[in-house]
Order: sequence, then C-alpha cells, then structure tokens
Amino acid sequence: MSATDMTHDAAVELSGLRVAFGKTQVVDGVDLRLDRGQALALIGESGSGKSVTLRSILRLFPAGRSRIEGRISAAGKDVLALDKRALADFRGGDVSMIFQEPLLAFDPVYTVGRQITESIQRHEKISAQDARARALALFERVRIPSPERRLDNYPHEMSGGMRQRAMIALALACRPQVLLADEPTTALDATVQIQVLLLLRELQRDLGLSIVIVTHDLGAAVEVADRIAVMYAGKIVEVGTARQVVRDPHHPYTIGLLRSRAEGAMDKGSRLQTIPGSPPDLANRPPGCPFAPRCFLAEDRCRREMPPVGTISPGHDVACWRTEEASAAYRAGPQPVAVEMA
Amino acid sequence: MSVIPPGPDPFAADRGGPAQPLLSVSGLVKHFPVRKGTGPKKVVRAVDGVNFDVLKGETLGIVGESGCGKSTTAKLIMGLIERDTGGMLFDGQAIGERAMPWRSYRRQAQMVFQDSYASLNPRMTVEQSIAFGPKVNGVPGREAVERARALLARVGLEPKRFAGRYPHEISGGQRQRVNIARALALEPRLVLLDEAVSALDKSVEAQVLNLLLDLKAEFGLTYIFISHDLNVVRFISDRVMVMYLGRVAEIGPSDSVLAAPAHPYTQALLASMPSLDPDNRTQKALLAGDPPNPIDPPGGCRFHPRCALAEGVCGQVEPPLEPVRAGNRVACLARQPGSGHSAAPAEVLAA
Repeated sequence: MSATDMTHDAAVELSGLRVAFGKTQVVDGVDLRLDRGQALALIGESGSGKSVTLRSILRLFPAGRSRIEGRISAAGKDVLALDKRALADFRGGDVSMIFQEPLLAFDPVYTVGRQITESIQRHEKISAQDARARALALFERVRIPSPERRLDNYPHEMSGGMRQRAMIALALACRPQVLLADEPTTALDATVQIQVLLLLRELQRDLGLSIVIVTHDLGAAVEVADRIAVMYAGKIVEVGTARQVVRDPHHPYTIGLLRSRAEGAMDKGSRLQTIPGSPPDLANRPPGCPFAPRCFLAEDRCRREMPPVGTISPGHDVACWRTEEASAAYRAGPQPVAVEMA
Repeated sequence: MSVIPPGPDPFAADRGGPAQPLLSVSGLVKHFPVRKGTGPKKVVRAVDGVNFDVLKGETLGIVGESGCGKSTTAKLIMGLIERDTGGMLFDGQAIGERAMPWRSYRRQAQMVFQDSYASLNPRMTVEQSIAFGPKVNGVPGREAVERARALLARVGLEPKRFAGRYPHEISGGQRQRVNIARALALEPRLVLLDEAVSALDKSVEAQVLNLLLDLKAEFGLTYIFISHDLNVVRFISDRVMVMYLGRVAEIGPSDSVLAAPAHPYTQALLASMPSLDPDNRTQKALLAGDPPNPIDPPGGCRFHPRCALAEGVCGQVEPPLEPVRAGNRVACLARQPGSGHSAAPAEVLAA
C-alpha cells in the first residue's frame, strides 16, 4: 500500500502543523491523525492551542494576520492548497464545525430553518422545498421536539440545549465527513451536556462521522472520544486511546490533570493535588520542554531539550524524557507533589 | 493568625454561640415581572419559598440547573436585590432591621462572583480594589493598603509584583485570587462563592479550591458555595442543597445527599455527570430536554413532568420538604409516608 492510500484512510491528518499570530507561536509542531469514523478529543487548558489547531483545519484565520506551516489534510483534501472557491465548498461540504456558543454562531435575524436551507442550497442544486424537507429531517435526527414549528424559530426563541442541537443540524446539513466541535457543551447545563454528548456519539455511530472535539473537560472527552490528545503550550504531549490516556498516563501533565480533579480527592477536607504555577507565555517560550517549569519530575535535560515523541505501546505516544518515572509515580498512587503554590 | 486587626464593628462578634445558625433563611420569595405583549401579567418565580440554615463554620453547597434560582438566592442573601417576602436572620438578628442594618451586615457577608474580570474595576489597581472596601468603612488609607498587601500575599500573589497591576494584566486564576482577597478585606464571617471557580481551568481550579479551604480554616469562615459541578461541591461542602425551579428539592449532609440521593432529581443530576471511566460510559441520559421555564412552573411537584417516578398525585400535591433520614430533608412524595404515592414508604410507627 502506498503512502497516498494511507492518507486517504485518514479523515484528518496534521503533520508538522505550526500556527503563529505575529510573534506568538500558538501551535508549535502538531502531528495528529484521525481515522475515518473515529472520534478524537483534544484537551488542554486555555491557551494550549487546542482551538487554534481545530480552527486551522477549516482555515478560519485571516491570511494576513496568521501564518500556518505544515500539512493539513482533511476529508482527502489538502486544505492549505485550496483556493478561495474550493475552500468555501470544503467548509460545510466536507468538514463542518459547531461552536461553544450557538447563539453567537447563528445569525439572529434569520430563522434557524432559513439558515439551514440556505446552507444546503449554497452547496447543492436543490429546490427550496427539498431543502426544507431535509432541514426537517435533520431536526428530527437531532431530536428537536416539534421540529416543524421549531424550523421557523429565531435563534433567541430556543433554549441553549436546543440551539446546540440546531447547530449540529446545520453542521450536518451538507453531509460532511468530518465534524469539528469546539467546546460544544461548555456553555450548557450538566443535564443537557450529557444529552448532547450522547447525541454526538450516536451520530458518529449511525452516520460514520469522524469527529474532533475540543474540550477542557476530561470527563466530556471520555464520554465521546475513542482517542484523546492532550495539548500543552501548542504541542501534543500525550495521545492515545481514551483508555490508555486515562488509565495509564505517561506524561506528568496528563497525570496532573487527572490528579487535580475534585472527584479524585478521596477524603473531604484533604487537599487537591494541583499543578503548580501557570501555563507559559507563548511569546517568550522557554527552551526545552514547555511543561518543565511546572513538572514534578523535571531535570536539567528537560529545561534544555524538547523531548522527542516516544511510543509507549501501539497508538500511545508521549513527548517526555521521563515517561517511566511518570508512569511509576502515577501507579504508586496519589502523593504530595513536590512544589506547592502558597 | 489574623491579617486584620479587630475592627470597631460591634456586630462582628459571635453572638449566639456555635449552635445558632450563622444565617437562617425562611420563606424567601423573589418574583420578577415579565412584560410580554398585552397578555396577562406574568412573573418569573425565581425563588419561590426557600428555607434553609447555614451553620457556623460549615460550607453549604447549592446545586441545580440554570434557572433553578441558585444565583438569585445568593443575590437575595447579599441584599443585591430586594426580596419580596421572607425572613433572613444573621446570627439570630433580623437583617435589615434596627439590630442588624444592611450596612453592618454587609461587612460580615461578602461575595465572590463567577466572572473575575467583570467584578473588578478596570481602572483600579489590584491593591486599590482590595483596599477600597476597608477605606469606605473607616479604615485609614495607609492601614487599608497594608491590609490589602497582606491579603495579596496570603492568596499567593506576591505584593511587590502584583499590587500595582490592573485586572487586565493578570490571568483569570490570579484575578479570582484578587477577588477572594477583596472579599476577605473586611474580615467577613460569611462568604458567598457564586460559581467562583467555574470559569477557571481545571489545574487552576484545584489551586483556588485548596486556597479556599486554607482560608476557611485560617479565618474561621462560613461558605455558601454555588456551583453546577457536583464533583467540586462534593469536595468542598459539608452540606448540599439541591434546588429546582425556585424551590429546595433536597438538603442534607453532602456525603448522604450525593452518595445516596433520595430525590429523583438529585439522582438524575448525579447521573448526568460524565464518567471518567472509558469502559463504563454513560448510556442513557436520565433527563430529557432543557430545564423548564420558571415563568409557568408546573403545578404540584415542579419536577413531575420530567420525573420517572411521577404519578397522578404528583401533579396535584406540592410535596413539603420533610426529613427522610437523619439530617436529610427531601421534597418528594415518593419518599414520604402517607403521601398517596404508591412508592411511598409505609407509615413509620411513632418514634
């Protein structure tokens, strides 16, 4: 099998992706592969570059103010090579996106139904009636109650959960192969969040959709994703199946994220294990591993040289010099982390 | 150790002793009128008859979906909005009456909000913001600034580096530390934390939660902690109050409420928290649809249209909040003997 066939099997493939705004290198060498029909979660703190990575797949940044390097291929297309016209076809047609705040993503002065049919008619030669019929079917698919009536709603007339369902319907309107979701449930109540996460899982299964979801919530990631990639300061520090990352983490940052969760604290009143300090300033990136200043295992080498990506087991890659020690520390159970912020 | 010297406030002392609740809320009601078209006048029943006590030195967690009235309750407690009816006693004295005027009450009750940026004055340095409260309450300027610096150090922000900065020059986690320092500047006894850690990244959230625990022990504080994240509430709270559409559904020790919930709504809330177990993902959402609108809450039990246990009687009778086991009070007919619900436990013999 040749290399091109391999690429064709991937729904999304990023290699050596670097994105900079001015002097700030926000994404700094990301390699990532999503197989068809899979769901991948990108998790990380704010400023880790996870949303920028996601948005670069649709090239949502103004060309003048951003610099994208590397290779992006999605739904079998070389995204960076697309001209303006082809890019417009690609967005929504091959790959589409849902956002954190659907109220801002919808146009407030048109009904939701009108926005969906407009999108369908932009991409296909289809009568207005057929487009509306498809919009109605989509509303039923994402389980919006009384769909016929809801198509004629303006975005503000819907509740938060329903708007996010409508957003998903809009994203699916032109039968894309890949769905990108940027913090799709962060603005929703927990009771609604779980419904939307289950819906995404169902769509992945029934439509063979490939999904990339960006979230800061490890719990939400585990609920939808087959694979999880952990980002820190513009780099992917650990990637593997959900099971590998959550059960057998090998990067100190992943371990810190798992340990700092409140449900991890067994005794009430006991202190949570925290990751000391705060994320680095991306404009003045320190040499070596970006996590080193906050890491409980950092040694001199970490502060000098960026660790290469090593494979722990098939499909489980970690960028750290001290994966063995990190894994051993995790298996040894919770213990006081060396540095503690006052 | 106290950063702040005892103030001149005669109300600051503990009056009723440890057994008296620090805050006692009874029959609290707040309705907001809505003007929509020419139809009959409607009201949002944001808080509709809420009773609870906050004991001295405890942390009471308040949970519920959006629109359940948890933030309105917090604002009513702080007096940021006026209550329609209901009584509030602070250490045994009625708030807003002669013995406990709002001004002296507010010195003892402070609040931290979710949006750390919006709650700081963008034109004031961090130090000025923290010193502002003490200054208007009669602390000499120099002393207030010293107090602010001591508090900054206490919340983990080096005064030399941070005192002169403006809110936009520091990160979200640091801003929330400033807000906490400001809330403590008047040496309050009660601190309301309204989604105070929700906007923070997980690793920062853990740091701030630890800080809150330390400060509570150090200053002998009482917290009301409002959050939609049950895991955080479980971690920090001694007791939990679950609200639904402006009423209390369940209240009790957090270990018992969150480990063995009695109200079907509490059960559904717990089931909707994402599991962290890849082999055991959530299969079914217990609650369908969005939280209902508090404009026209359903009759009877407000939860009955979404409840798996609902029966005819639930649509007619509003369940009272009654104890089901030690310290746990639940408003659900299915848990109350003699309520007419088929799942109700048999009448307990007189104890």
